[in-house]
Amino acid sequence: MTDSALTIEHVRKDRGKTTVLDDVSLRVAPGERVALLGHNGAGKSTLIKTILGLTPLTDGQIRIGDAKPGSAVARRTTAYLPEAVSFHPALTGREQLQLFARLDGQKADITGLLDRVGLGDAMDRRIGAYSKGMRQRLGLAQVLLGNPKVALLDEPTSGLDPISRQDLYAIIDELAANGTAVLIASHALTEVEAQTDRIAILRKGIKVADDTLENLSAQAGLPTKLRIRASGDHADEVAEATGGTRINCASVEILCTPDRKMEALRRVAAMGEVITDIEMTPPRLEDLYRHYAKEGAQ
Amino acid sequence: MTRFLAIASTEMLILRRNRWLLMATVIMLLFALALTFAGSAPTGSVGVDMLTVSVTSMTTLSVYLAPLLALMISFDAIAGEAERGSLSLLLSYPAGRGEILLGKFAAHLAALAFAMTVGFGAAGAIAAWFGGAGAESLTALARLIGTSILLGAVFLALGYLVSALSRSATAAAGLSAGLWLVFVVLYDLGLLGAVVMDGSGTFTRSIFPWLMVANPADAFRVWNISASDGVAMASGMVGAAQTLPAWAAPLSLALWPLLAFALARAAFKRVEP
Repeated sequence: MTDSALTIEHVRKDRGKTTVLDDVSLRVAPGERVALLGHNGAGKSTLIKTILGLTPLTDGQIRIGDAKPGSAVARRTTAYLPEAVSFHPALTGREQLQLFARLDGQKADITGLLDRVGLGDAMDRRIGAYSKGMRQRLGLAQVLLGNPKVALLDEPTSGLDPISRQDLYAIIDELAANGTAVLIASHALTEVEAQTDRIAILRKGIKVADDTLENLSAQAGLPTKLRIRASGDHADEVAEATGGTRINCASVEILCTPDRKMEALRRVAAMGEVITDIEMTPPRLEDLYRHYAKEGAQ
Repeated sequence: MTRFLAIASTEMLILRRNRWLLMATVIMLLFALALTFAGSAPTGSVGVDMLTVSVTSMTTLSVYLAPLLALMISFDAIAGEAERGSLSLLLSYPAGRGEILLGKFAAHLAALAFAMTVGFGAAGAIAAWFGGAGAESLTALARLIGTSILLGAVFLALGYLVSALSRSATAAAGLSAGLWLVFVVLYDLGLLGAVVMDGSGTFTRSIFPWLMVANPADAFRVWNISASDGVAMASGMVGAAQTLPAWAAPLSLALWPLLAFALARAAFKRVEP
């Protein structure tokens, strides 16, 4: 018995001569929300498909609880939301969800689930008349079927408006609170920042980061950006005194590492009247992502 | 079993919902009725009842129409799902691939059988009402309906095969059209050319009949024509079929659905959505 709901160990996947996934290991505990980030083609969707058993592995192994990917037990306990999913346009939302419930072999409260994802009014309309966001919600409704142990969501927020995204993350939190291990592959960095427990970053099939946001920030040592607005034509003077760069006639930008931040602020404050405004931007997930995904730092 | 039924009933719902079932039935009915009335002229001169003549005409029709209708339903079965992105989702559920394919097959075949039975049955009933029917011509009608369904089954499965091999639904549609052309038109033309070249040599006498019956569409024709003297007389096509043993055409038509389905299943197994 393992304590993680999803265990990925040294997974390698070759497609022809290219290696799509190279020695990727990842664990997701029950109730944990992990974000899987990476460029297009970094291997996120491939990794999810190997977990589902849809794509055979070249090397390594994956276990869902104690089951192998693609086994009957694994399929019953795994929920999946494909990227930009669509369904047969002739069926209604209720009929489509009924099919999934019957395939899952469980009795389900179809109406309740569709209400939960906000499709209560549209459940008896044909999917052909649904918007992209509504199809995505229907996809989410089938994720909630039968209390999954592992939920794999591929770009779950694509096509959703901001309110729907909030709803989606509320549902994901609820899933996690019920003990489901959630793996979210996403591009929407700002949301992932607030809504996940851990972040894993894939670059060209290699896992380059896997930790909490705070730890990743500390490890990366990314600079905080200070933007100082100087009064009159003192910008050059300020730039010289602080060692920053002038970016327009009135503003100066200083980049400083976390441990030098206070020192720089004190120096700026000491300059008195010359300074009219300071704007401070700590490193964001986007910078962090760029750092790990592009620079190749481990 | 519940999974098989879930897939089959959903597919049936789709066929009803997008009016495919209605369309296919109307097409079969219209063509069968038109042929029955248009073909009723030679009844007196050949000396068979009107139903026999009608069955003969409908046999010729079914060779073209049954494969076409079958391919029209089935080409989308896998490629369409893959294109919509719902195939990977479907395969992430506990249903096996064989179960999914069999569920779709059952629903599609039921729809096809319904269209065939209503179309040919209604035309046959009208022919019998106006021009009389005997035990033999009724058997011929029943055989026509049964073999048309078998022929449809072959091309449903072949449609799944090209659907599994194609990257998109459009490609699958193109391949299906090609498949239809080869089996229904070009194969016969090729054989005809070979027979003309060979004259009455060994090819024409011993190889040609077997090659003919190896094609499900021709096996369908041979079975319907050779099994009934009346139909054979009315169609004026007695020649080649008589050199074959009686079991050859039924065997070919019975084996083809199994073979085609096995091929489709094997191709589907290799699909990585």
